[in-house]
Amino acid sequence: MGLGVPIIVPVSKPSKGAAGKTGLWRVERPVVNEDKCIKCWLCWLYCPEDVISEGDNGFPKIDYTFCKGCGVCADVCPTKAIQMVREEE
Amino acid sequence: MGPEGTWEIITGNHAAAIAAKLARVKVVPAYPITPQTTIVEYIASFIDSGQMEAEYIRVESEHSAMAAAIGASAAGVRAFTATASQGLLLMSEVLHWAAGSRLPIGMAVVNRAVGPPWNIHVDHQDAMSQRDTGWLQVYVSSNQEVLDTILMMYKVAENPDVLLPFMVCLDGFVLSHTYMPVNIPRQEDVAEFLPEYSPSHWKLDPNDPITFGNLALPDEYQEMRWSMDLSMRRALDLIEDVSEEFFQKFGRYHGGATWKYKVEDSDYVIVTAGTMASEAEVAVDELRDEGMRVGLLKVRSFRPFPHRDMAEVLQDRRGVVVIDRSIAFSSGGPLGIEIRSSLYNRSGSPPIANYVTGLGGRDVTYRDIVAMAKDGIGRIMSDRLRRPYYWFKLKPEYERIELSEEVRM
Ligand code: SF4
Ligand code: SF4
Repeated sequence: MGLGVPIIVPVSKPSKGAAGKTGLWRVERPVVNEDKCIKCWLCWLYCPEDVISEGDNGFPKIDYTFCKGCGVCADVCPTKAIQMVREEE
Repeated sequence: MGPEGTWEIITGNHAAAIAAKLARVKVVPAYPITPQTTIVEYIASFIDSGQMEAEYIRVESEHSAMAAAIGASAAGVRAFTATASQGLLLMSEVLHWAAGSRLPIGMAVVNRAVGPPWNIHVDHQDAMSQRDTGWLQVYVSSNQEVLDTILMMYKVAENPDVLLPFMVCLDGFVLSHTYMPVNIPRQEDVAEFLPEYSPSHWKLDPNDPITFGNLALPDEYQEMRWSMDLSMRRALDLIEDVSEEFFQKFGRYHGGATWKYKVEDSDYVIVTAGTMASEAEVAVDELRDEGMRVGLLKVRSFRPFPHRDMAEVLQDRRGVVVIDRSIAFSSGGPLGIEIRSSLYNRSGSPPIANYVTGLGGRDVTYRDIVAMAKDGIGRIMSDRLRRPYYWFKLKPEYERIELSEEVRM
């Protein structure tokens, strides 16, 4: 019998960015218009990547390193405060 | 010789259920299907009567049965289930998840033909079509071998170099519903041979959360498949070691990855699996009475495939007759295909006559095996072995059409 078999298991510890820098997937970025935002936090609740948090000014803040640009936040926002803006080259 | 157990006259399904009990499995997700049903019924009665301590989960389908077995095994306990035919096919997707997650789940597969049309009788296509799921697959030919092999395969599957799930495949009705004397080993002896399962590679634990089956992209995926393949190859040696250890403890030996009968001095070797191998033993004796030096190589382990055994035993023989109970459409019998790949790059590789027969439970007796052996040997001796495989025991009106194919070659 040769060397031991490296059993490579498909398991991962939950950690920030466990699936890589998903921000690189983005075609459009969500931009919050604070004038329209009513701080209902639906965007925070629905974001599948958990990248929305409360910023210093009390409004939603998006972590663009991991925001994948899915647009769910823009879709659920009741006041249309989030706009999807095409990424520049 | 090993310690005494007790003798009982029981069916193959009963033997499988007793094996699960002796292995002290902790979770049994169950969904019934003919001819597997009595396995999960026996287990239910063992649990109900307090003879077995396990969680019995009645699920809504075989897909769920395997999903639940995965959950149990991932939580770190020994899991067992059983199925057949369409049930196994419905599980197919989750079979890959079990193997890829490296969970040594045990399963009895009662081999049954695949529909349509509905047919409840023996045929190996159900399990053999699941060849590439990453499950170890062992085919057996007696009720004693059913019981003993389930115990042995837990030991192989749970080895830290293997960590893959396994199927023990028993022929529908021919074993599942046929009574034979079986020696039931004592619980304490089995516990010594097969200790509790305690995984060290990974397990689900609420205090240390992890996810499994997450994303792995091109820079990681290939090594995971390689690791499964290497484990599968290493399992071959372990099957030999564990069979030997079992023999030392219990005094019974069914072979390792293969079992050999009168091959030493053989000119020709018959290769087959499952209960056809028991018939083939009788056929070998008949042929020897007629003066032909023929032996039998029974394939027990189909995954991992014992390529080395094949090469060692078959190289330099005058010919090989491989009998399959499954059809890989347009390509032949699954055993025939594998054995060709064992021998192709070797010098002195013998001609191989591959027969496909016994589908949907069509009876294959020792007389049929004698007939196939003679047909194969005749073709080899007279240089008429032209086709990769032959059908055997078709109805005469269809046999004629099949024979006309030979002229077209
Ligand atoms: S676009 Fe998607 S990922 Fe990005 S913040 Fe909105 S919901 Fe989250
Ligand atoms: S969903 Fe819209 S309104 Fe609500 S917090 Fe988010 S951006 Fe503001």
